[in-house]
Amino acid sequence: MTDLSIRSLAKAFGGVRAVNDVSFEVARGEFLAMIGPNGAGKSTCFNMINGQLRPDSGEIWFERANLAGLAPREIWRLGVGRTFQVAATFGSMTVVENVQMALISHAGETYRLWKPAASRYRARALELLEQVGMKDAADRASRELAYGDVKRVELAMALANDPRLLLMDEPTAGMAPRERNALIALVKRLVVEKGISVLFTEHSMDVVFAHADRIIVLARGRLIADGDARTIREHPKVQEVYFGTGKTFARVEPKPLEPQP
Amino acid sequence: MTAPLLNVENLNASYGAAQILFDLSFEIGRGEVVALMGRNGAGKSTTMKAIMGLMARRGRTTFDGVDISRMRPYEIARRGLGFTPEDRRIFVDLTVMENLDIGRQPPRRFADGTAAPVWTPQRLFTLFPNLGEMPDRPGGGMSGGEQQMLTVARTLMGNPLLVLLDEPSEGVAPLIVEQMANTIVELKKEGLSILLSEQNMHFAELVSDRVYLLEKGQIRWNGTMKELAGNVEIQRNYLTV
Amino acid sequence: MNVSGFIFQALNGLSSASGLFFVAAGLSLIFGVTRIVNIAHGSLYMLGTYVAYSLATKIGGGFGFWGGIVITACLVGLLGAAIEFVLLRRIYRAPELFQLLATFALILIINDATLWLWGPEDLLGPRAPGMRDAIEIFGRRLPTYDLFLIVIAPVVLWILHLGLARTRFGRLVRAATQDREMVGALGVNQAMLFTAVFALGSFLAGLGGALQVAREPANLAMDLTVIGDAFVVVVVGGMGSITGAYLAAVIIAEVKALCIAIGTVSMFGMSLNFSKFTLVAEFLVMAAVLIARPYGLLGRPQGAVRGVADPEDPMRPATPALKFLGVVVLGALMAMPLMAQSSPYVLILGIDVMIAVLFAASLHFIMGPGGMHSFGHAAYFGLGAYGAALLVKWLAAPMGLALLAAPITALLGALLFGWFAVRLSGVYLAMLTLAFAQIVWAAVFQWEDLTGGSNGVIGVWPPAPFSNSSVYFILVLLLTVIGVLALRRILFAPFGYAMRAGRDSPLRAEAIGIDVKRVHWLGFAIAGLVCGVAGGLFAFAKGSISPETIGVGRSIDGLVMVLLGGIQTLTGPIVGASVFAVLQDTIMRQTEYWRALLGLIILLLVMAFPAGIVGGVINLLRRWRTAS
Repeated sequence: MTDLSIRSLAKAFGGVRAVNDVSFEVARGEFLAMIGPNGAGKSTCFNMINGQLRPDSGEIWFERANLAGLAPREIWRLGVGRTFQVAATFGSMTVVENVQMALISHAGETYRLWKPAASRYRARALELLEQVGMKDAADRASRELAYGDVKRVELAMALANDPRLLLMDEPTAGMAPRERNALIALVKRLVVEKGISVLFTEHSMDVVFAHADRIIVLARGRLIADGDARTIREHPKVQEVYFGTGKTFARVEPKPLEPQP
Repeated sequence: MTAPLLNVENLNASYGAAQILFDLSFEIGRGEVVALMGRNGAGKSTTMKAIMGLMARRGRTTFDGVDISRMRPYEIARRGLGFTPEDRRIFVDLTVMENLDIGRQPPRRFADGTAAPVWTPQRLFTLFPNLGEMPDRPGGGMSGGEQQMLTVARTLMGNPLLVLLDEPSEGVAPLIVEQMANTIVELKKEGLSILLSEQNMHFAELVSDRVYLLEKGQIRWNGTMKELAGNVEIQRNYLTV
Repeated sequence: MNVSGFIFQALNGLSSASGLFFVAAGLSLIFGVTRIVNIAHGSLYMLGTYVAYSLATKIGGGFGFWGGIVITACLVGLLGAAIEFVLLRRIYRAPELFQLLATFALILIINDATLWLWGPEDLLGPRAPGMRDAIEIFGRRLPTYDLFLIVIAPVVLWILHLGLARTRFGRLVRAATQDREMVGALGVNQAMLFTAVFALGSFLAGLGGALQVAREPANLAMDLTVIGDAFVVVVVGGMGSITGAYLAAVIIAEVKALCIAIGTVSMFGMSLNFSKFTLVAEFLVMAAVLIARPYGLLGRPQGAVRGVADPEDPMRPATPALKFLGVVVLGALMAMPLMAQSSPYVLILGIDVMIAVLFAASLHFIMGPGGMHSFGHAAYFGLGAYGAALLVKWLAAPMGLALLAAPITALLGALLFGWFAVRLSGVYLAMLTLAFAQIVWAAVFQWEDLTGGSNGVIGVWPPAPFSNSSVYFILVLLLTVIGVLALRRILFAPFGYAMRAGRDSPLRAEAIGIDVKRVHWLGFAIAGLVCGVAGGLFAFAKGSISPETIGVGRSIDGLVMVLLGGIQTLTGPIVGASVFAVLQDTIMRQTEYWRALLGLIILLLVMAFPAGIVGGVINLLRRWRTAS
């Protein structure tokens, strides 16, 4: 069954086609990685799916709704969770209040003016924090957390609306290798338990090859490959645009420099 | 051996209340490429910013025989210390040529009178042919890899004696990483000294002479690149899982 | 209206656009490189007119006038450099809000210095030697000097443009506009660059002011009028774009000219005098531009400013000690009317203090938790005060109804202005709110038939039993306590959390379904509503209200109160407002130059106590606890 279906998505910036006729699908429960060299259009593509950018053309079908052109908050209400490349939490709140905020919003209580927020959905928030291993830090200020822990809190917030699709932009960026694997393993465990589909972008190849069910590759705004780790590794076009000459760091003699004046 | 080009003694640095660096001491000789390695958050970028005077720091740093530990960033840059930040920080409104012009400084000599390599846009375009093809392109219209090259070229326009090169391999495609490695080897041949911050072992191994390993803001190990390459245990302890 | 009349007014508009362009261009340049919005830029313009007046009259002749203009511009440029060197250099790393306040303090100081040097009278300079004539256009006479002004603005624009594109200084300015720290790391002496840019920007303001010497009299109100207009120009044109500044100055001047040219027309049996609507027109232009292009015609979104202030600690409910303290203070206040027998002035001061507390608490509500630095909170105070007073004046409404009308008027104003304001952030928001407050002030000032103009509304006295100041005191106390507690309650409720969420991380807030703009808009409206109560109480406390009491000065008083107490705590604005109100009362009775003194206090505050009184006390307690 398909969960997310991207059809002929396109976006141009001042004449430069950042994303050009990209189509792909994410199956229910799939862990799909989107990779590509810098400037390939990953971020643009990703930001159209999460609502930050409006596509020039194309459709983004999630279940029965076309997400193209919707605002991020509308997309969230349809059951799409999201984490950011640079983890973002509410620095002036405690860890548990961050998650409570997401739960309050999910319950449609954002505009209530009277009952103290600290009492709303605390038990459920603690439960989510327990799932990401952050329950012990519940009452600390979120701005005091180490970066890896902020990413975990963000994950708990992203899960607050019981999403059926999770969009993760470079989930391991800025983390130490050990933390990276732990976080991805955690995400994978949670999404399998809850039956969530995941679309993520990633620079760290070991993470991609170790954990993704399927990989799609973008280059110069187009989708050039789609398949499992092995297919991608051996795909000639991918090798050309992404992995360079193949022999990593082979010495290519540069042109000699002009003598100094 | 002559006096080191850069000598750092007991460098401490902090962001507000959080101390990041603890009593770092290390040195870089003339013509050396030294790698500063460690996991994310170990303090590599902070070390470079602290040397450059871009954040609060304590300790004594001498460069080419002059104490620079109390100087402001521009004074340090004018002594011939170049800095290439991790996030590139290209001037997006300015063209390639204009970006290079901002970095321009007069030719300089070492304290002992020998001349440092002199760079002109023409020489830099030989080193980075991509840049030569787009002298009038605004920085904002370049790909990540091209920006990475431009940021190195812009620093070289200051005719530095030593360059602090922060993670040139981070976030760029493998093809560009290869080119960067070649460039560093080429620059070393020209007589430039480089302090390289790096996580990528393959990359560092290819270009550097010596290594300092950082963990939690302290130097935990130092030695030649060869020693590190042959010591899997140390690599595992400080660099990988 | 006829075509010839319109063309004549259009030319007139172009000539008045030139002065505005010079100020706005300087403001834009300085902001681009130093990231400081120099609110005192209008003061430099005003100084330009005064200095040029003195040179033209003291030296006299062609040299005194034309040479005087050049000398004036250079002098003002030098003064700008000195201001940068002595003051601003120390606060480049301070939070944006403090920088705005510091330059505001300069307005106060420069204004009093001008009063001291030149006196309070308006001073009209001589006509320009060599350009005393006028040329005839469609039967009307346009002074040659106005033609000269029309030409000089684009010429200066062209020179600036070339300089930025072709010279190394220009490239440095453009590079530093994007990333000043990196420019420094590449060996450029930032301090010199900043001083130079500040001097250039001030030179332009001085030039703009000096050129006006033959056109309008120098007066002490120029600083705020000009800066209000310049903000509108910069917002419309786009911060950091000099061409945008010119374009916007021309558009706004032309729209105003059009209104004047249309004059009075009859429509549907009603006669409408468009020349009274110049301010409304200006507002509409700005509104239209902001909807279509939130960063102005030629502007672009500003990147995040590096080194913003630390986020505050999580909010905790009041501790028993704080609650106890609150009850004690409340008890003491309730008992005040008993003591007032011996000194009735205490009650009057008490009422002032409590109105200030309500005013400051409502401003803090959007400034702190909402993160919206409103520089025009006086607008809602004024709407509340006039809403109540006008109801009494025209409909002889009872006090209860008038006090109900006050928050409603303010709420409507806040809903209208807030809708635009929440679309912007940072300095843009600050400038826009200030411009709105200027518009309210000017509307009240211009619409004499309704508001009594500069005479204001008098005879707004509370009826018995509130005519007894003890009873009125209790009413004010009651409403203040209700207002402050209600705001506090809202901050602890989901809505208050959502407001902070939108401030801390708008991206994240949107990604969990919060409509940040809407939440902030409603927050703005709530603050306006509560502020309106304060305004209504003020009108009845004083018995009269005039435009002067709702001017920019009151907005800034509010900011000082909030910062004095400390923006990061909920008790901060209460303490700050109390201290400020008492302090102002004592200072004002001491000296004629109290504005300058207030300015010096603000500077001291900005430099020495960035966390405010309550923040400072908390830090001290913390240090004391960790030490013991």
